Amino acid sequence: MAEEHNNGHKWTMIVDVDKCTGCQACVVACHAENNVPVSSEDEVIRGRAMHWIRIERYWEGEYPDVKARFLPVFCQQCGNAPCEPVCPVYASYHSTQENINIQVYNRCVGTRYCGNNCPYRVRIFNYWAPRFDAPLEQQLNPDVTVRSPGVMEKCTFCIQRIRRGREQAKIEGRPLEDGEIVPACAQACPTDALIFGDKWDENSRVAQMVPSERQFKLLENLGTEPAVYYLKGGEAHVGE
Amino acid sequence: MLESRATVGPYWERPLPDDEHLARQVEHGREELLMLDARPPAELNQLTLARMRQTGPRFWMAVAGLGVLTLAFFTAWAIQIVSGLGITGLNRSVMWGPYIANLIYFIGIGHAGTFISAALRLMRMDFRRPIARAAETITLFGLACAALFPIIHVGRIWKLFYMMPIPNQRELWPNFRSALFWDMMAITTYLIGSTLFMFVALIPDFAMARDHTTGWRRKVYGALSLGWRGTDAEWHRLEVVSNILSFVIIPVMFSVHTGVSWNLSMAIQPGWHSAIFGPFFVVGALYSGVAAVILVMIVIRKTMRYGYFMREEHFNAMGIFLLILTLSWIYFYFAEWITNWYGNLPMEKAIQAMLTGPLAPLFYLMLFCNIVVPLGTLWSRRVRTSLPAMFVIGILVQVGMYVERVLIVAGSLSRNELSFNWVNYTPHWPEVTVTVGTLAFLGLLYMVFTRFVPIIPVWEVYEGQAMQETRRVGRAVVSTRTEVH
Repeated sequence: MAEEHNNGHKWTMIVDVDKCTGCQACVVACHAENNVPVSSEDEVIRGRAMHWIRIERYWEGEYPDVKARFLPVFCQQCGNAPCEPVCPVYASYHSTQENINIQVYNRCVGTRYCGNNCPYRVRIFNYWAPRFDAPLEQQLNPDVTVRSPGVMEKCTFCIQRIRRGREQAKIEGRPLEDGEIVPACAQACPTDALIFGDKWDENSRVAQMVPSERQFKLLENLGTEPAVYYLKGGEAHVGE
Repeated sequence: MLESRATVGPYWERPLPDDEHLARQVEHGREELLMLDARPPAELNQLTLARMRQTGPRFWMAVAGLGVLTLAFFTAWAIQIVSGLGITGLNRSVMWGPYIANLIYFIGIGHAGTFISAALRLMRMDFRRPIARAAETITLFGLACAALFPIIHVGRIWKLFYMMPIPNQRELWPNFRSALFWDMMAITTYLIGSTLFMFVALIPDFAMARDHTTGWRRKVYGALSLGWRGTDAEWHRLEVVSNILSFVIIPVMFSVHTGVSWNLSMAIQPGWHSAIFGPFFVVGALYSGVAAVILVMIVIRKTMRYGYFMREEHFNAMGIFLLILTLSWIYFYFAEWITNWYGNLPMEKAIQAMLTGPLAPLFYLMLFCNIVVPLGTLWSRRVRTSLPAMFVIGILVQVGMYVERVLIVAGSLSRNELSFNWVNYTPHWPEVTVTVGTLAFLGLLYMVFTRFVPIIPVWEVYEGQAMQETRRVGRAVVSTRTEVH
């Protein structure tokens, strides 16, 4: 589905890999904001870790001369998303207002076709009914659905915050300001490695940063047109 | 003494030629070929019906065994619905596993039935006559079992109707761009089409059963035979309808397994995204399907003592058919493999490394079952006409083709673009129980079916026998066929 300019916003995230320390604060913030259940150790060993954002850690070189590389990966909100056409019930569809990929939980049948077709493997299936160990059940976010078992879920760019910010601006009769809407992960990032904004707003921080020389997109060769841009310099890395 | 003169007596009472040499040849032909070994239709009717009534202790023991396994299957399914798919071994990368492999497998074994029936009918192959119904029955129940798997597989079975184009006040429709939707349509069409095709051919046999039974059976068969009386007009219409349905069902058959393979190949998952998958899967389906028909033929011949109908010539013909399919399947598999191997792309290399690495036992088992054994043995007529040998080959092809599907579905998924997400898959008890249980369910349905429905299309057999003749050419007797179509 082609994305039209002048129709809503193009919400975009920039991930500065050079700044990422792999601290996982974004992961924790995301779990808290989006009511993502915390997987047990057994489930993680069975390959069922549930995170809407995860820090992929890659090792480079051989011990002792080894370097750790961190790559935060979450839904790339593709402009040309492979998950969308394969869903038989339109549970995965493209929003024309936010220009991101939306998952409709109560439409989802759970065929998991979208999950197979996502090259980033950021779509997560609810194998079990969600369970929150005490006292986590006391802090569920009322703005976000707790997903039932048997449905797919994924990062939404904190769409509840986007909607709230837009409505607030509408009430006050002013345009949205850059930096007014911040997803939980970006808010929690201590090194400012995650930058969020509207790419179609020419003055926004992301619009200025996207043309960077360091910019690349994850699995760009697949032509999925992600709305997430990664920044990565030459030899800068952490964990040395 | 040319036999082309119109014979006076009924076709099953053809006198032997006076010449001893010629008579021996005719006798030999009658031993070998079912079509020459004509017997009165009434005798064949009795033979078919008598076997349908036989249910010995072995039969009931088999029913009980398969019934227990079927019960285990439905129990496992119920537990899975209640507790969620968490009890399976699926994980966040391998989201499709044996359930989808089973879908492919069961549609696959259901494939040969209609193919044998429809294509061989159009090609006027007489060896199809006694086995067509047995093959169609596999199609019927294979498809029914396959149709269970999308339902077993989904996360929220109670929302499955969202996938169907049911008008609703919110005007929400299924996504016509999704390969799953195409597949669902193809399977439904095929299920309806092949059931119709099978039913049409069953009408004269139902009428035959109606005329030889009493009580409730007579009523049921009477209703099913739709008032068939056996007039010329009725036979003519049956012929026309069967031919039309044969032409219709063959493209539908191709669409079904192409549709199933497109579930995989329309995705951009490495190891799946391949244009060859459509024809490759059709051939694979026929391969396992023909092997399944051979297995069923052996079991029916043994347990129902249908040695008169299913002879060496039939196993020989089916063996040759299987050998052709072995070669076709090898060709496609090789084409697929060498394209990936030569391309040397990192993802495809990773998948091949896994097949020859952690999954090597399964991979080599598959090659052994699908290539080494059939290719090494089926060229021999002695093997093709030996029931134990054909049984073993049939089983091995089933195993091989099943493993192949699991390797394609779960094996490919465990390797994907970002190596951080490589997760291996091991099946847990629900997948095993459901898979074994469905096989038992298929067997159970089949067994019960053979006691209600004539599993031999008797009218097709005596139609063929009536049209078959022997003719003398010099010192040799050759069999000839009258074309009445």
